[in-house]
Amino acid sequence: MILNQFLLLAALLFSLGVYGLLARRNAVMILLAIELMLAGVNINLIAFEAAIRTQLAVGQIFAVFVITVAAAEVGIGLAIVLMIFRNRRSANVDELNLMKW
Amino acid sequence: MFRLVAQEAEHVVEAGSGGIWAQYAGIMLVLPFVAFILIILFGKRMKRQGAELAIAAMAINLAWATVLFFLNMTEGVLHTEQVEVARIGLFDGNPLVFELGWVVDGLSVMMYWIVAFVGLMVFIYAVGYMQGDVRVTFFFAALSLFAGSMLVLVGAPNFIQLIVGWEGVGLASYLLIGHYWEAKENSNAAMKAFYTNRLADVGLTLGTIIVGFTIGSFRFEDLSRASEEGMPALAAVAVIAGFLLFFGAMGKSAQFPLHIWLPDAMAGPTPVSALMHAATMVTAGIYLMARTFPLYQNLAQEARPWMIGIGAVTLFGMGLLALVVDDIKRVLAYSTVSQLGYMMTAVAAGGYTAGLFHLFTHAFFKALLFLGAGAVIHAVHSNNMSDMGGLRKYMPKTFTTFVIGALALAGILPFAGFWSKDEILVTLGDEGYRGVMWIAVAGAFVTAFYMTRVIALTFFGEYRGHGHPHEAPAIMTNPLVALAIPSVIAGIANIPGVTLGSLRNFSEWLGVREVVMGDHHAESMDLSTAAVGLGVALAGIVVGWLIFSRDAETQKARDRLEIPLLYPLLRAKYYLDHVALGLVATLKGPVAKVVNWTNQYVIDGIVNGAGAVAMLLSRFVYGGIDQRGIDGLVHGVTMVTDSAGGALRRLQTGRIQQYAAGVVTGLVLLVVGVGLFVVIN
Amino acid sequence: MLVEWLQQPENWVFLVVGLVVLVSAFRVVTSQNVVHAALFLVATLAGTAALFLLLSAEFVAWVLVLVYIGAVIVLFLFGIMITRAPTGREVALDHTRKSFAVVVSAALFVVMAWASVEGFGTQPLIDVGQGTSTAVVGEALLGRFVVPFEVVSFVLLAALIGGITLARRDLTPLEEEERGTV
Repeated sequence: MILNQFLLLAALLFSLGVYGLLARRNAVMILLAIELMLAGVNINLIAFEAAIRTQLAVGQIFAVFVITVAAAEVGIGLAIVLMIFRNRRSANVDELNLMKW
Repeated sequence: MFRLVAQEAEHVVEAGSGGIWAQYAGIMLVLPFVAFILIILFGKRMKRQGAELAIAAMAINLAWATVLFFLNMTEGVLHTEQVEVARIGLFDGNPLVFELGWVVDGLSVMMYWIVAFVGLMVFIYAVGYMQGDVRVTFFFAALSLFAGSMLVLVGAPNFIQLIVGWEGVGLASYLLIGHYWEAKENSNAAMKAFYTNRLADVGLTLGTIIVGFTIGSFRFEDLSRASEEGMPALAAVAVIAGFLLFFGAMGKSAQFPLHIWLPDAMAGPTPVSALMHAATMVTAGIYLMARTFPLYQNLAQEARPWMIGIGAVTLFGMGLLALVVDDIKRVLAYSTVSQLGYMMTAVAAGGYTAGLFHLFTHAFFKALLFLGAGAVIHAVHSNNMSDMGGLRKYMPKTFTTFVIGALALAGILPFAGFWSKDEILVTLGDEGYRGVMWIAVAGAFVTAFYMTRVIALTFFGEYRGHGHPHEAPAIMTNPLVALAIPSVIAGIANIPGVTLGSLRNFSEWLGVREVVMGDHHAESMDLSTAAVGLGVALAGIVVGWLIFSRDAETQKARDRLEIPLLYPLLRAKYYLDHVALGLVATLKGPVAKVVNWTNQYVIDGIVNGAGAVAMLLSRFVYGGIDQRGIDGLVHGVTMVTDSAGGALRRLQTGRIQQYAAGVVTGLVLLVVGVGLFVVIN
Repeated sequence: MLVEWLQQPENWVFLVVGLVVLVSAFRVVTSQNVVHAALFLVATLAGTAALFLLLSAEFVAWVLVLVYIGAVIVLFLFGIMITRAPTGREVALDHTRKSFAVVVSAALFVVMAWASVEGFGTQPLIDVGQGTSTAVVGEALLGRFVVPFEVVSFVLLAALIGGITLARRDLTPLEEEERGTV
């Protein structure tokens, strides 16, 4: 196995996540897309770890942290979406445009 | 006639440099001004109210001047120091340079000594005379100012400094004549003196300007050189310049018709009259003529007949006026004017030595006469001879010295006046002005005549006054004695054909100068002229004695010669004062109107115009430049910021996805850009 | 080159798993049903875990399964259920103009792909068959990386408290009075 196969895969995942981030209208869908991006990142980290083989498995440690933070972020993100939904009865991000000129 | 040799002599007189005495001779010019300031500041607190400072300064000056005098007598001293104080660039390239400094040559050394010696005598005398006066400190301050200005004048190496000194003595004269200004006629007299002098100064200034611009320099030596070499540009303007300068001299030296101020100037205290209006200030005009002598000798010969004529009129006409006045000082004043006429005539006729020698001797005996008159006035508390009489009993010293002075003035052998008057007569005769010579002879008669009158009325007969006359205090009689000595012996300096061993004679003293010039002086005694002069003078004394010595109650009775037309004319001083007053009164109206118009429309117009231009300019600067330009710039900047902000804020749509899109796009572009950059390099 | 690569059995497995991952990911971002999208995300994450196993990162793989699939997705499903409008099928989940997003993401992929291909070429992985001992990971986590470990626990705590605070239903004034709280 070569490194690039995993890197390309991760890049693909990340790009799909970006697409989802930009194209989706539902707030929850956007969060899902962000999860995709984070997954791609994790693959990248592990792959680099496999390619370099550091003494302390740094790549894997990093991936663990990413996962943890992602979990925290999802919790907060959903809480916010919930509040918005309560206020506006809709999860459509197009309507969240009060902080403008 | 025994006529021995007398001819034009042009000989170079050798001179040394005078060492440090000449180098630092400027101290003499400065000391009186220092004294002036010190007297103003400290005079009132001093024991003699500042007179000590004035006398100290004068004594130092006398010592210095005496050293210079001896140096000039033995080896000659020639030195000039000048420093430039200002420079005006002219269109044709040669700048006009204003310089101040001092010159040490024969003529100026003589003048320094006269000013210092007579000045010191007068100052000492004045301490006694002015005792108890209301303004002693100021008096001595003004006297010091005068002395300083006179020295600046005679030490001037160029016209500019001469004019500075000229005006300075004019100012001092004004201040001192008007010393008793509480009486209106005294301040009027001061004004008259000032006006007349100022009028004459027009001539002096114009003459200076013409000369300065023509030869490109104000220095006397440059004028002398240019005149001796016959510079064409100068020759063209020489006559007019000569007339103008002579006009200036006329004012200061009281030549007819600008003499009118001098008799009235007797309103000042007697020491002032003695110093300024006998010995020094009035001789400034003669001095100017002497300094510019080469101009008249070589280039301005057309002016000389006029100068001689005016001098002759002055000489004789003013002498006549001395016959009819009662005020003793006025007699002496007219006498001074007359003697100045002698000097001017002599110099104008080419008698450099003659005129200046008479200046030299006249300074001593005229100052002596004035101081003696002052002693008399001090004793009888009146100027008028009708209040005097028989004073020889009460004032023997004054009497003796006064007689000596009178004999010197009349020109009696062996007193100083004889030699100087003789020289003048000889010069006039030799230069071909025989008519004028005879006028001068007649003038000698008149001089002796009126002086005898004065002595008879003052010192002989019975005392007609009401006071208790007494001899003057020693502080006043000692200067009289001191002045009497040179009145007797000064003639030795210039006896034709006689040399004084290793000491040079008067004409050789004067011969020490920067630029050599032609000069007339008698090489040996002309006995015929001497005899005529002496005889005439003696005749005058005799006639005067016969007429005036006899006692009489009233002035009218004493004036036994009441010649009908002549006497009223003389009493009215030839109606000249009326003429002058009428002239001023008539011209005053139109002149004032013209001046006012000029001031209103021309001068004010210029000023207002300048103001209007300034207003216009400022309005333009404010409106155009400041309001529109600079404010516009500032407003423009704010508007740009505003519109840029207005445009850019629309980026803030509030939509997160758009922000995210922006971020990603930016990232992509950045990476691509960097990648391309790396690839290219 | 490609032939050699294909001859290794891991690469076969990689291809299969990768395909699953990619298809699921694609369906996540294109599905019109939120629940479907979430479930596809489950599949994607499962595939990712399999890839980790391939790369002999066992511990991370199982952590991912536990945390991500076990908790995060569940959270997501809960959130979906709460934010769904009662009317059932919703309006379109995508923007009408998606082309810009396509372009941007495509460009991003191209850049990244080019960068990695340019940078790493055919660099092989090292000793993947050995596996990573959990002891090593544990030692590193609590040894060298103990500070980030603790910090992350704080982050989780903050998220926990924040989540509770944010999601708490504001009581109406009437209800506040009733309950006696302000």
